[in-house]
Amino acid sequence: MTVKTEAVGKEWPATTYEVGKEKIGEYARVIGLENPVHFDREAARAAGYRDVVAPPMFCVVYSAPALGPAMFDPEVGMNFAAMVHGAQEFEWGEPACSGDEVTTASKCLEIFEKDGKGFYVFETRSVNQDGAEVVKGTWTNIVRGV
Amino acid sequence: MADLNAGDAIPGLSVTPDKYLPHRYAGASGDFNPIHIDPEFAKMVGLPNTILHGLYMMGLVARSATDLASGDPKALKRLSVQFRGMGAPETEIVVSGTVKSVDDGTATIDVVAAQGDNQTIRNAEAEVEVG
Repeated sequence: MTVKTEAVGKEWPATTYEVGKEKIGEYARVIGLENPVHFDREAARAAGYRDVVAPPMFCVVYSAPALGPAMFDPEVGMNFAAMVHGAQEFEWGEPACSGDEVTTASKCLEIFEKDGKGFYVFETRSVNQDGAEVVKGTWTNIVRGV
Repeated sequence: MADLNAGDAIPGLSVTPDKYLPHRYAGASGDFNPIHIDPEFAKMVGLPNTILHGLYMMGLVARSATDLASGDPKALKRLSVQFRGMGAPETEIVVSGTVKSVDDGTATIDVVAAQGDNQTIRNAEAEVEVG
């Protein structure tokens, strides 16, 4: 069996997520972050942010929903039972703050086979309400025994 | 931390996630994959028990990287990781790393997250503004 590659280059509809102060705090507490810029509006403003600012890896909260339709697309045809999250990269731009509306689009960058494994690489690009890029994500899923 | 030099070890961090951490991470992140929160399901799909979210451990690597800039979230410009071994709750995670280079105020750091000999994240590279 070989991987299907017709989904390479395919794009999926964007999703929009409104960033909220308490959700940032919830995420920050789980990771063990203590900088008050993640919890306190005045501390965030004093540090030069528009509002309470999300930790960089909070990007998974607002960008992952855009990836769901891509991963479950039958044209991609990933076998979830044998899938692992193999690698991840994020490049950050404008910080995401409480009140921001972040819109994320997803795209299939690559599908290929190596050493009997299928590699499925997706890209997400997230922009805020002003059109500034907030984060670019590269998500690599690996399926064993394709 | 403005005087970081190539070859320096970063302070890193260690955390022992409690039994319910994956539930809290699931709630915070929205990732409710049952392999992270349901021991019966995890065993049914051949895992020894529930496993930590890879992106939670990546969150700890990001925390360790931003710590180099006094925890300022905008200092972290890029982070790439490879997920390898599975992480287990109730086991200490140690994040450690080395400064690869410092160029124009931006440090490039090699980072690893491990539970004992089990490297759960390796070949991680972070770019942090430290200058």
